[in-house]
Amino acid sequence: MKKRLSRFLNWTILLGCTILVCLFLGIILFDIFSKGMSSLSWGFISQPPTKGMTHGGILPAITGTLWLTLITTLFAVPFGIACAIYLNEYARPSVLTSMIRASIRNLAGIPSIIYGLFGLALFVQALHLGTSVLSAGLTLGLLSLPYIITTTEEALKRIPDSMREATLALGATQFETIKDVVLPKALPGILTGVILTLSRAAGETAPILFTGVAFYINGSTTSVNQEFMALPYHLYMLSTQHQSIEQVRPLAYGTAVVLILLVFVLNIIAFYIRFKQRTQQ
Amino acid sequence: MDVKKRETTDWLLKQLFKAIGLITIVLLGGIFMMLIYNSIAFFAKVNPVDFFTGYQWDPGSVDGNYSILPLLASTGLVAAGSMLIAVPLGIFTAAFLSEFAPGKLQAVLKPVIEMLAAIPSVAIGFLGIVLVGPGIAKLFGIQNGLNALNGSVLLAVMALPTIITISEDAINAVPKTYREASLALGADKWATLFQVTLPAALPGLIAAVMLGLGRALGETMTVLMATGNASAMPGGFLDSIRTITATIAIEMGEVPYQTTHYFALFAIAAVLFLITLAINFLGEYFANSLRKFQA
Repeated sequence: MKKRLSRFLNWTILLGCTILVCLFLGIILFDIFSKGMSSLSWGFISQPPTKGMTHGGILPAITGTLWLTLITTLFAVPFGIACAIYLNEYARPSVLTSMIRASIRNLAGIPSIIYGLFGLALFVQALHLGTSVLSAGLTLGLLSLPYIITTTEEALKRIPDSMREATLALGATQFETIKDVVLPKALPGILTGVILTLSRAAGETAPILFTGVAFYINGSTTSVNQEFMALPYHLYMLSTQHQSIEQVRPLAYGTAVVLILLVFVLNIIAFYIRFKQRTQQ
Repeated sequence: MDVKKRETTDWLLKQLFKAIGLITIVLLGGIFMMLIYNSIAFFAKVNPVDFFTGYQWDPGSVDGNYSILPLLASTGLVAAGSMLIAVPLGIFTAAFLSEFAPGKLQAVLKPVIEMLAAIPSVAIGFLGIVLVGPGIAKLFGIQNGLNALNGSVLLAVMALPTIITISEDAINAVPKTYREASLALGADKWATLFQVTLPAALPGLIAAVMLGLGRALGETMTVLMATGNASAMPGGFLDSIRTITATIAIEMGEVPYQTTHYFALFAIAAVLFLITLAINFLGEYFANSLRKFQA
């Protein structure tokens, strides 16, 4: 009897913890969506803010985030994939290789605000790029690099060695093998990792704080040298720094909905690619 | 194309890939050097003893008080609180997922955890303001709920996906033979879980906690939005606190270039960097010891 009771208790505790974790997600999504959906309209995503941010939409924040993510992609994806190719295809176990791997693991653990400081020191000040969408995009690119390298390497690892050996035996050079056989085969896996990394980068705030984000710009960002608005920063400012916080709360909720939807859409695309790849194999 | 040319291209590209691989080392080195360089500039002006033993962070005052202690105490307090919540929750959830949940339930729960991980930190911080804060204020009968407890709850939610995923891997990595041996000796499922599987997975579980802790210590936006940012020495979980990350976020935008205050923010960043580095190393050490033990 006592044993049965303790079993029941154990079961309840484990199940309870799992339910609680699911509940966290439920509460987050329910609160934000139930209060934010009403501010959502075509005007909200297609108009700039007006009357000191108390009216209008968030168009420049959306375009700013898209600019930012584009620059991050252009910078981090080629370098990240190249580095993963080196590690998985060329590098032999050596002191250098293990140093590169250790660096990647540590880079992934550095707080994002420190990337912000580094971006400020390197891009804004040392390279004279100023506070701009370029500086901020490059900073986010550095932050994304370790994740892209790790996920790409995982994708490359899943390609069986027999495929490489067959191509090499036919007389192809190692680069030709990588370009024509390994990369096309690994593409869905690489893409999944890249999209997930970008969805994380798009939601980051700390690294862009000192590198170019602005509370308000007149019009939309049109060149990489300009400052820019971004969805996460817009949400932060609306919920903490605005002079009439209660009045703009619906706008803050609306911004949160758009930001979360953007991130989830990217995640769903990534999951879809992964799912399709698995069912094909 | 003749063979010679193809081989040259191959060699050149190999060197290019290698050079790009080296960028990671250069980047880590660059971040480290930047922090050290600016910290040295700071310690040339402020006595390190005052920095590590004073009780006040008040760069605005006439003589400027730069002591990291209240910030360090705030960071430690909020992170420790988050681990108190997230560690049992995360490990039990991972145990449930890997040992008891049927396949179909797992297929539902995994995306839930991935979605939780995907929510931007600024959205979680926003909920700290509009939901968790008022809740705490009501529960404890205090005026506002922007305090360390609020930050701990939010950081726990953010650290949970990391802790669950890595704990689950660690539990799954325990050889099946261990469980079978335990069951064959007459132990039931629960005794096997608590006395065999979890202890065998312990190094991996510690690694999971270390990574979660690293994430909590380095998080900026949630604590910036939800903890009130009073820079006094915190007395408890219901006090408003100001972490190292929040201090950098608040003050970096306002300080003039290359003043003592500017360098001070790099110095506290350097301390945070070293702490997260140490925690990552510890996590890796435990993860490796798990691998050795299973080999």
